Amino acid sequence: MKSKFKQQFLSQWELQVLVWPSIILMIVFSFVPMLGLIIAFQDYSPLSGFTGSEFVGLDNFKAFLGDKDFYNVLTNTLGISLMKLLIGFPLEIVLAILINELRLVFFKKFTQTISYLPHFLSWVILGGMITSWLGSSGLVNSFLLSTHLITEPISFLSNANAYWWIATLSDIWKEVGWGTILYLAAITGIDPSLYEAAKVDGAKILKRIWYITIPSIKNIIVLMFLLRVGSILGANLDQTLVLQNSSNMLRSEVIDSYVYHLGLAQGDFSFATAVGIFSSVVSVTLLLVANFLTKKLSDSSIF
Amino acid sequence: MGLDRGEKIFNVFNVIFMLFFIAIIVLPLINIIALSFNDGYDAMKGGIYLFPREFTLVNYETILKDTTIYRAFGVTIAKTVIGVIGHLVITGAAAYALSKSYLLGRKIFIRMGVITMFFNGGMIPSFLVAKSLGLTNSFWVYIIPVLFSFYDMIILMNFFRSLPDSIEESAKIDGASVLQVFFKIIVPLSFPVLATIALFHGVYQWNDFFVAKLYVTDKSLYPIQYYLYQLLTSAGAANSAKAGVYISKAFTTQSLQQATMIVTTLPIMLIYPFLQKYFISGMLVGGVKE
Repeated sequence: MKSKFKQQFLSQWELQVLVWPSIILMIVFSFVPMLGLIIAFQDYSPLSGFTGSEFVGLDNFKAFLGDKDFYNVLTNTLGISLMKLLIGFPLEIVLAILINELRLVFFKKFTQTISYLPHFLSWVILGGMITSWLGSSGLVNSFLLSTHLITEPISFLSNANAYWWIATLSDIWKEVGWGTILYLAAITGIDPSLYEAAKVDGAKILKRIWYITIPSIKNIIVLMFLLRVGSILGANLDQTLVLQNSSNMLRSEVIDSYVYHLGLAQGDFSFATAVGIFSSVVSVTLLLVANFLTKKLSDSSIF
Repeated sequence: MGLDRGEKIFNVFNVIFMLFFIAIIVLPLINIIALSFNDGYDAMKGGIYLFPREFTLVNYETILKDTTIYRAFGVTIAKTVIGVIGHLVITGAAAYALSKSYLLGRKIFIRMGVITMFFNGGMIPSFLVAKSLGLTNSFWVYIIPVLFSFYDMIILMNFFRSLPDSIEESAKIDGASVLQVFFKIIVPLSFPVLATIALFHGVYQWNDFFVAKLYVTDKSLYPIQYYLYQLLTSAGAANSAKAGVYISKAFTTQSLQQATMIVTTLPIMLIYPFLQKYFISGMLVGGVKE
């Protein structure tokens, strides 16, 4: 038995050579950090390391669950993510359906090319652009002043109450076109004879969209929805880092940036890791619950 | 096929909506281009929309005179090229080996990979691991941790499995080794999907600034995005404003930032429309077939 295994292994040694670098990378950069989660249960100090640091049980978890800042950060994360989900998610589907209905091939391609473009801008670039557009002499204020809608320039980015909207709308601006790709691909795969038949039966265009297009792409809609729900606590760190400033901090700090600031800027490794664990446990739970519910309601799911 | 009245009305509204949508994407970008060609102090008065009011090239001249930007561009180009090649070789090799159902250990590997898609150590433990490996302040911190991606591996593996076995078999009978088969047969057949992965990883490498923010303090290793990030945050802005005092008065920190944003983005904007057909077909392979 053992020699047979050895023989098989040797006969495919070339394939084994191809796969081992990846296994090693996965162990080092994915599994070793998982072991490193132990520091959430320690009072970790970089000098004594994983092995020498004192074990404190759930103290770090208790500390952030009793912390007022934490609930503020959690509210911001959920608020921004839910706004992105409620506005951005349906918009992507609507946009995909409308792009698909464009009849001029050239115009359709052009619209697609333009709609993907912002996805390729980095958040650093976009952060700079947003600062410029929303600045006191920027595009938005110039326009509002010239139309006499306002008499004084508004400083949008230092207004904490405007931050959720800025984060949501800028994210949608950047990603809505990109989000249409998979839906468009799925729509392309729909059997044209379905539309022909509906036409013969006298179904108008809106009815055809409602009764053919949307049901045909239902599975991909459910899949994308589940993935979105699973990442609801991971509000974009890059976005937060470039749009955050001291005056909108109260409404802009989200879990990921909180972990970054506490862990890497202030060196409170254990506390930050505990917050990180909380966030991933909640995310996986949300994913499982959403998966369960959609399975009940629509018989399509990831697992 | 005749169009009924409702359909005609729908089409008209649809085209109007799309023109509006295109305008919302394009006009703000043109605004930044206009500002980058405008006198900085004049721009502070506001009211610039789509064309520069006091045209000048001084913003571009100033940033291109600063040699640190060339260095940052060099780092970015190097990390993008090396990163993409390395990522394709490592992830592609694993995907090819795992596309063979008889590979020993295949199941264990796939299970391990699925786990990494749901759980990870998160920011702090990952930071501590990379640091203990001595990747801090090293060029390789941009490359090594992202050489392998399980998600990209799955996309490539599914594509390789869809290729007919018979082509490979005949090459093997002619005496080709595994590596020869991979490079001479599989790679050329897989061009669209490899190009897609290359584009995605290339864009990631070009746009990433966070790795530099976490691990790099050596200025000579700053990529262009982190250079820009520093220019946009107050500390960097103060520096560049100081530098500006004795060169010219036609620009402000803002106008320099706008020109830098354009210069930084231009390479990607020029390349991406040509790669569009590949990433659309590549997304099809990875997404819908599922």
